[in-house]
Amino acid sequence: MALTLYSLIQSIILCTNAIAVLHEERFLCKFGWGADQGVGGFGDDLGVKAQILNLIRSVRTVMRVPLILVNSACIVLLLLFG
Amino acid sequence: MDLPHHGYRATKPRARAAPTTGDPVLFEDTSSAAPGPSSQGYYASGYNMEGSPNDTQGGPGMNNLFTDPMASAAMMYGSSLANRGQEIVNKEIGRFMSVNKLKYFFAVDTRYVLKKLMILMFPYTHQDWDVRYHRDTPLTPRQDVNAPDLYIPTMAFITYILLAGMALGIQKRFSPEVLGLCASTALVWVIIEVLIMLLSLYLLTVHSDLSTFDLIAYSGYKYVGIIFTMVCGLLFGSDGYFVALAWSSFAIMFFIVRSLKMKILTSVSSDSMGMGSSAKPQIRIYITVATAVFQPIIIYWLTSHLVR
Repeated sequence: MALTLYSLIQSIILCTNAIAVLHEERFLCKFGWGADQGVGGFGDDLGVKAQILNLIRSVRTVMRVPLILVNSACIVLLLLFG
Repeated sequence: MDLPHHGYRATKPRARAAPTTGDPVLFEDTSSAAPGPSSQGYYASGYNMEGSPNDTQGGPGMNNLFTDPMASAAMMYGSSLANRGQEIVNKEIGRFMSVNKLKYFFAVDTRYVLKKLMILMFPYTHQDWDVRYHRDTPLTPRQDVNAPDLYIPTMAFITYILLAGMALGIQKRFSPEVLGLCASTALVWVIIEVLIMLLSLYLLTVHSDLSTFDLIAYSGYKYVGIIFTMVCGLLFGSDGYFVALAWSSFAIMFFIVRSLKMKILTSVSSDSMGMGSSAKPQIRIYITVATAVFQPIIIYWLTSHLVR
């Protein structure tokens, strides 16, 4: 299995895109994974589910604009070079 | 006659007095000695030695400049431009990763490297696995054999790539693309392992003082085992390969478990108001054991196709 840096970058972009498209109201709330349903405890002893929800929310907030740029660049490059 | 010496002597004390101000480093930071004044002084003194035989008309005051003032002005401008460029590069790199922290990992010496290689290959007799501290900062690898470093992993990684090329050449399967492919595969596995470790340490709220560079160091130590396995496989054939694989797997698993046990299992959470550790000790044991079990799998994966 030949893992190149290019395939690593591709998989990171795909995973980040997948995390970024999880919509809170339409999708996550149905599973009880909405933004207001994870944070119950105080301090930093929150448990795995709250950490995952925090991670999803922060990835969506932080990576929204860079992902737009990176995806546009990928689309242009793939159109040009196949 | 004494003017070149004057120029040279004036720069040497400046070069010695420049570094390590305000930085409680425990190692000599000779690389941050300002290169500007010393190189300028060196060039000036070099040109002085050539300029003074030519300049017979000018008095002793003129001997410090060139005969051509435009060239001297251009040289001053060029060296100041180079200095500014270097500052900009250092500042930009310093924004992404702390260069001082990186220098800590490369402060090694021969005795440390030899002892660490011995411990990596035979960790069963090493008694004291604590990383010693000195006023809240960990000791450099020169002073503490348990401290992680990045020199051994880097060198072992490069040696692995060279050995892979040699193994492929012995089997007449070599081409330059395959070498690059092997190198990038190994690098990608290191990155994947470090990312998985960081993610699991974050999600399971294990507050340890393992930084990214520490994880890269611990993840790169298995390349020493990989090199040993490959050499035995090339020298002694398939049997030697499996024996060496078993030996280095157990050695690296023992090493990882003992090293990470100190860092993960005994880490203290910040609000331990009688609640104990923030993550259950079971989860920490799982993380440590999972990391350890992952290593032989990678060792086998990276070497089996090379040593058929």
